[in-house]
Amino acid sequence: MIGYLLRRLLGAIPLLLGILTLIFFVMHLAPGDPTDRIFSNPNVSPEVIEQMRRNLGLDKPLHVQYGRWLWSFVRGDFGYSFGQMRPINEILPAVLWNTLQLTLISLVVIFVVGMLIGIVQAVRQYSLADNVLTFLALFFYSMPSFWFALMLILIFSLRAGQEGWPIQFPASGMTGIEYEYMGAGGKLLDRARHLFLPAVALGIGSAAGVARYMRGAMLEVIHQDFIRTARAKGLSERTVIFKHALRNALIPIITLLGLYLPFLLSGAVLVETIFAWPGMGRTIVEAILARDYPLVMATSFVIAAIVVLGNLLSDVLYAVVDPRIRNE
Amino acid sequence: MVRASPDVESVPPEPMPPAAPQQGGPPVRAGGAAWARIVTLVLAWGFLFSIVYLSLAKIRGIPEMRRVGVDIYLALATLLVIAAVLLRWTWRSVSPAHLARGRVKGDSQWAIAGRHFKKNRLALAGLAVMILLYVITLVTPLIAPFDPAAQGDIITSRYLPPGAEHLMGTDKFGRDIFSRVLYGARISLSIGFVAVGISVTLGTLIGALAGYFGGWVDSVLMRFTDMMLAFPRLVLLIVVIAVFENQSIWLVVVVLGLTGWMGTSRIVRGEVLSLREREFVQAARALGMGDWRIIIRHVIPNTMAPVIVSATLGIGLTILTEASLSFLGLGVQPPTPSWGNMVSDGRDALTQAWWIATFPGLAIVLTVVAFNLLGDGLRDALDPRLRT
Repeated sequence: MIGYLLRRLLGAIPLLLGILTLIFFVMHLAPGDPTDRIFSNPNVSPEVIEQMRRNLGLDKPLHVQYGRWLWSFVRGDFGYSFGQMRPINEILPAVLWNTLQLTLISLVVIFVVGMLIGIVQAVRQYSLADNVLTFLALFFYSMPSFWFALMLILIFSLRAGQEGWPIQFPASGMTGIEYEYMGAGGKLLDRARHLFLPAVALGIGSAAGVARYMRGAMLEVIHQDFIRTARAKGLSERTVIFKHALRNALIPIITLLGLYLPFLLSGAVLVETIFAWPGMGRTIVEAILARDYPLVMATSFVIAAIVVLGNLLSDVLYAVVDPRIRNE
Repeated sequence: MVRASPDVESVPPEPMPPAAPQQGGPPVRAGGAAWARIVTLVLAWGFLFSIVYLSLAKIRGIPEMRRVGVDIYLALATLLVIAAVLLRWTWRSVSPAHLARGRVKGDSQWAIAGRHFKKNRLALAGLAVMILLYVITLVTPLIAPFDPAAQGDIITSRYLPPGAEHLMGTDKFGRDIFSRVLYGARISLSIGFVAVGISVTLGTLIGALAGYFGGWVDSVLMRFTDMMLAFPRLVLLIVVIAVFENQSIWLVVVVLGLTGWMGTSRIVRGEVLSLREREFVQAARALGMGDWRIIIRHVIPNTMAPVIVSATLGIGLTILTEASLSFLGLGVQPPTPSWGNMVSDGRDALTQAWWIATFPGLAIVLTVVAFNLLGDGLRDALDPRLRT
């Protein structure tokens, strides 16, 4: 098991280096450089621009820039943000934590909700509930998350506010205005309320996806002989479904855990932009619009690293639940 | 290793089931040939029109689009072509010559799949919606009640709620949303079509090369695929598009195409790995065929079933991604209507005009649902293991 883990970890290193290289060259293929943006003012003399370029290391040949940049990344120094004028290492942790809060909570909701729905559908195959849920799942699966987010805001914060419904959710930000003055319980509640809409908007499509796979996986297992045996020896239906069938159906589902991470992070870009959530997605969009190269490179690297890590995790989980894999 | 996308199951096809002898009954039509012909026709047609639309959107600019005479002629010609095709099909299926010919042949893989597909109501509904959408894109100038860019008298016509005159209301500039949704369909569907064309071609080629040659070619190509998969697609797209600062539709299309091939290439590789050991490939090799010829003539055609499925599902996904990009302001640029940038317009006016964002979004949902239904139906029909 340890050997397997080490092998997988070592395999991830060239992948990450390749990703870094890809990011670097994509960014440097671009016309123009960040000094164009900052010093587009004609009153700034060319000497100052030249000076600035030298300070930022933009006058060196490409391979030197690449080498330096790679080396500093490997040491964990992500450089200096041109846009926000402070070290990226100061910006990233907070932003990363915000995004992780959002995506991890979404992920939990996705799997719990998706799996429950999938199980219900599989157990009652071809019933009315199954058909309705299948269609609903397809509907949510096909829905653009940004549009769904807008509709949620429209209903649960605008309409609810106008009509004075008991359930209202704030439309933007992570905390309310009077957050600082709340007690510990109030703070937690406030955060949960702010988290609710973004997490739903982010997760619903993937939850529908999980439900679809869960249904398929459960159906495949339920029709196997050992389930018939379990029923034949008089086990209760609940034991059969949750103990015998579910455990086997979980194997393919666990791999989805890693696969949904890129989807969620993609979705986070949109959802964070809409809900003004100060996370990675919003940071990367803002950095791109400000042509803040180092920040874009750092955030996209961190995102890619999270994805690689997620895949690694799902492979490891796969090996944990399925002994055939790790003995290969 | 990153595992293949869960959307697409990479199962090697089972050997083709032996032709089921037809008991009594009328002779079976050569379903395979007809299917292939229809698919080729639709593909070529769709591709041509997509390119025409995308170029029109760029060069002439949408403001004149409705008034462009060519567009109306195109629409009329389409109606004629559709009528002609329908007539011909009906004639062919009843004409005595055709009935008399009735070739009794073994069922091809496609004919069997076609029979399974016809039993799947949902998938047929998806197909119907898809055909309807593409027909609508062709006859848009005849249906659209208003010019998608006509602003009318802004003071009296802005933010009108949906009603008899403006089916879906009007936006901030007094433009008719219904007309804009119709014109947006052209752009969104064309982008989906062309981008998926690029990504499927690329994916098939890369997957076939990796699977066929194996060894270092395989490891290099597959490591590259893994690397591309490690990026959330949207992040990669916005980085590339923002970095090039070129707001042309073609850039969006090409970049969408170049970032969507990974799923296809993984499936194709899996298929090719098993295909290259089959007797017919070995026979071709023994006959002295070159590797390329074997790949193009014998290997790739046998991987088409899962490729078609992933292309269908891919069009839906690409339309979603394009809408997301346009929503962020990085895709199709504002005067040209695309569903994504219309939702983005609606976002600014969400408090006073809910209809601006709602209807284009519903159009996206409808389209993507149709493509997903169709894709699922095709998968069930084409994969022998899923046939019930």
